[in-house]
Amino acid sequence: MNTVANAPRFADLPPARFKPGPAGTHITIRGLTKYFAGWPLYEDFDLDIPKGRIVSIFGPNGCGKSTLINMIAGLVPIDRGEILFDGKSLKDTRIGYVFQNYREALFPWMRTLDNIAYPLLLEGKSKAEVDRRMEELVASFDVRFDLKRYPYELSGGQQQTASIMRALAPRPEVLFLDEPFSALDFEMTLFIREKLQEVFMQTGTTMLLVSHDLEEAVYLADQVLLLTKRPTRVAETIEYGEARPRTVETLSKASFIDTRKRSLEIFQREVRR
Amino acid sequence: MDKPVASRSSANPWAPPASRDAAAPRAPLSDRLLPFVGPVLLFIVWGAVVRIGLIKPILLPGPIDTLGALVHGLAGGPLLSDFLVTVGRTLEAFAIAAVIGMPLGIALGSNQRAYRSVEFLVDFFRSTPASALIPLFLLIFGVSDINKVAIAAFGALLIVVFNSAYGVINARKQRVMAAKVMGASRWRIFRDVLIWESLQPSFVGLRSAVSMSLVIVIVAEMFIGSEDGLGHAILDAQQVLNVKTMYAAILAAGALGYALNVLFLLLERRVVHWSGR
Repeated sequence: MNTVANAPRFADLPPARFKPGPAGTHITIRGLTKYFAGWPLYEDFDLDIPKGRIVSIFGPNGCGKSTLINMIAGLVPIDRGEILFDGKSLKDTRIGYVFQNYREALFPWMRTLDNIAYPLLLEGKSKAEVDRRMEELVASFDVRFDLKRYPYELSGGQQQTASIMRALAPRPEVLFLDEPFSALDFEMTLFIREKLQEVFMQTGTTMLLVSHDLEEAVYLADQVLLLTKRPTRVAETIEYGEARPRTVETLSKASFIDTRKRSLEIFQREVRR
Repeated sequence: MDKPVASRSSANPWAPPASRDAAAPRAPLSDRLLPFVGPVLLFIVWGAVVRIGLIKPILLPGPIDTLGALVHGLAGGPLLSDFLVTVGRTLEAFAIAAVIGMPLGIALGSNQRAYRSVEFLVDFFRSTPASALIPLFLLIFGVSDINKVAIAAFGALLIVVFNSAYGVINARKQRVMAAKVMGASRWRIFRDVLIWESLQPSFVGLRSAVSMSLVIVIVAEMFIGSEDGLGHAILDAQQVLNVKTMYAAILAAGALGYALNVLFLLLERRVVHWSGR
């Protein structure tokens, strides 16, 4: 052990008491601090993410939308702060993660089927349990392509469908989606959007969606989280309570248009700031 | 499950040249003959040069004579035993390099601190022509058969280690992240992701290593007192000015190198079936 040359002359302040979020909070973030190349990206950032809802994260370029969910998912280390899931740490929480780049997220040396079953095998599930879960997934996703093929033999949309199935296989408590549609064509985007909504209505899994498309962000969301430029704070949280299932008609309803307009205004205010 | 959807998307641009008999539309005959243009031209020029007398037949026999000597030699003549000896030594050296090199490279690659500490040594000896080490190996192993295999294995080993280590180091970060987020332990990430990710660069290493083994084995057969092998056959024929046999042995060595390369390419396509897709 080295002796500290310049020991602080003041006593360490007792850490601030952990303030739990309001009832129904799933993920509590307190005092999150993350430096990026010497500059603060997040500083003493607090956030409560509600349970069983879809939260879309939207904000200016470079404000760290993806970094935020990567820190929550444990993929990017944080410099300081605390993130709890229902009071548990990440270690004790089952999570699923869908990457934007499905090509580099699936394992091309495994058949698509084995890719989807992989998290179940990691959990040490028995063959019978894995088979049962796979059957459920295939049925609920109405899979029309051959899962015995390798991922690279499938179309982009099919690969992303497989990624989502893999993320959902272990019945995660939280599902992270990092721009899951940006590499897909419009037809596939619509399809997967509907699938996600279906899964959400069936399971009520908490979902965190990063999107660069405001319409998409609002369409799926119960709550739109608008972020500021760095150092990033929450600019505003907009509730969007439209009933599900939402359909194409939803897009032309006053409530949708209004929510999107308000989100856009806040976004523009933050970009110009 | 309906296959047409999937099979349509599997019509990818990559087509293995090995399956010329596949159902895919065949290229016109003139296109498929293109690879033969070069060799045929070479033989024509070669034949013309000999016929006109630009080069004395004592230095360069005609192509027909040479090919005749090659075929005759490989069909049970003395060239066949030399050929087989060289193949044996090359594969022995290669097998040693692969069996030690791949695990070692993967282990080094997954421990960056370990790799950084030996990186200089690997790079230095990788850049040192292995033939320059022949005298050193002579001191250690003496004029023996083991010597030739040992030095070829050494040269090939460094290539395998280097490529496998870099394969692990440069594994797609996102695949590692995907495994991590699913709760894979470090060991599972290593077993289920890193090893697989390193396969493709490893195969590049193996392919270079088998070529390197052949080069060193031939050189060693020439200069480390040898009784057999293609290298010995080439040098021996040259010293008694038996040029036909010499060229036949050279062609045999070339054919061997080419065949090994093609063999490893095919093997790579089978094992690393996802490569480039």
